[in-house]
Amino acid sequence: MEETVAPQPDPDRHPVTGLETQAVIDAEITRIAHDYEQSGGSETQPRLDYPPYRSSLLRHPTKDLQHADPEGIELWAPCFGERDIDPLEADLTIQRDGEPIGERMVVAGRVLDGDGRPVRRQLVEIWQANAGGRYVHKRDQHPAPLDPNFTGVGRCLTDDEGNYRFTTIKPGPYPWRNHHNAWRPAHIHFSLFGTEFTQRLVTQMYFPGDPLFALDPIYQTIVDPSARARLLATYDHDLTQHEWATGYRWDIVLTGSHRTPLESDVEEGL
Amino acid sequence: MSTPIPTPGQTVGPFFHYALPYPGDRDLVAPGTPGAILLYGVVRDGAGNGVPDAMIEIWQADPSGRVPRATGSLRRDGFAFTGFGRSSTDRTGRYTFTTQRPGAVGGALPFFAVTVFARGLPNRLFTRAYLPLADDATPDALLAAAGDRSEVLLAREDPEIPGALRFDITLQGEGESIFLAFPGHSGA
Repeated sequence: MEETVAPQPDPDRHPVTGLETQAVIDAEITRIAHDYEQSGGSETQPRLDYPPYRSSLLRHPTKDLQHADPEGIELWAPCFGERDIDPLEADLTIQRDGEPIGERMVVAGRVLDGDGRPVRRQLVEIWQANAGGRYVHKRDQHPAPLDPNFTGVGRCLTDDEGNYRFTTIKPGPYPWRNHHNAWRPAHIHFSLFGTEFTQRLVTQMYFPGDPLFALDPIYQTIVDPSARARLLATYDHDLTQHEWATGYRWDIVLTGSHRTPLESDVEEGL
Repeated sequence: MSTPIPTPGQTVGPFFHYALPYPGDRDLVAPGTPGAILLYGVVRDGAGNGVPDAMIEIWQADPSGRVPRATGSLRRDGFAFTGFGRSSTDRTGRYTFTTQRPGAVGGALPFFAVTVFARGLPNRLFTRAYLPLADDATPDALLAAAGDRSEVLLAREDPEIPGALRFDITLQGEGESIFLAFPGHSGA
């Protein structure tokens, strides 16, 4: 006679969503952090293979990166100019008819290359959720309000000292389906170009003191605590504006350029 | 002064579509321009499935091997060849560019410089899409170092579409693309 065995609940998965629990992800994050600490490593970039970030499982290369010396076209970067950008694109609070809801803030900083030189007249692109943690994207269906006055998209060119500056709304945290009850810390996505193509960077800026950091497998793809801290903006009261906006400063360092800067580079930047 | 340490990258995430794509982003030349070619390919994951939320950028010399210094990649005027293009993948993981064949810069083999971004990919990846090699061509240092995997660095002529070059990008597994680390890149 066959026995019928009642299915046992899986303690690693939420009974309703069927997604893995935060405890499962936390345990993996903790183990990787512990192994890294024991190794005495000094990694500065995210791991491409970081299993707690489930979406990365099938999307990271398994073979070592091939070392290459940049040549030809790679020693230069695309150019962007005044006609590419409207200066109004740096203010994300004036793109629609009305005022977006939320904490208005100024985000500013410098873009430097790995030798400490300012990256002049290069494109900075940002995108972010609104104050309620919702993106204007059809795939973002989490039931937070869309703000009709906020698109969450901005662009600017750095100035001659490498400075960028945006006026925007502080984004909210939002849920995602990496695991059950997964929430992303509030962040702004940044896209940057250096003076050569090998410096291309897409990253995320975070806010100090966010309680979600330890729980977030994307932030934790950077296993070195001091490297992770480089993604934190600093509250800057000198950027904060009287009765108007709070201020955050965040400087960005790209990798070094392999090309000797020419006089013409400087001229082109003017 | 100590050397500044580069800021870590992070994934482009799933919601870049309303920020990074722009009108004409994949048209380095207007479709129909004499000499225009199609450069396309499929971005695949480790299960062989197309990646619908990836973004590919290319940066290339013009057909005579000049490095473009023209601005206007975000506001295509239909005349200046700016050398830069950006294509998000479609539902099947396919990206496309309308462009020109790059010339050789400084006598090197001609190639498109390529960057790959995707949801689920913690940092951007670099690779090269070389033009198909002539029979008597000598592989350059990178192709030689790649040995029997060097084919994944070559775009190939598409016999079905005249003037089209196909360059597939495989993030993981069989036929995995070769991704590059340049001096100064570390831990990536």
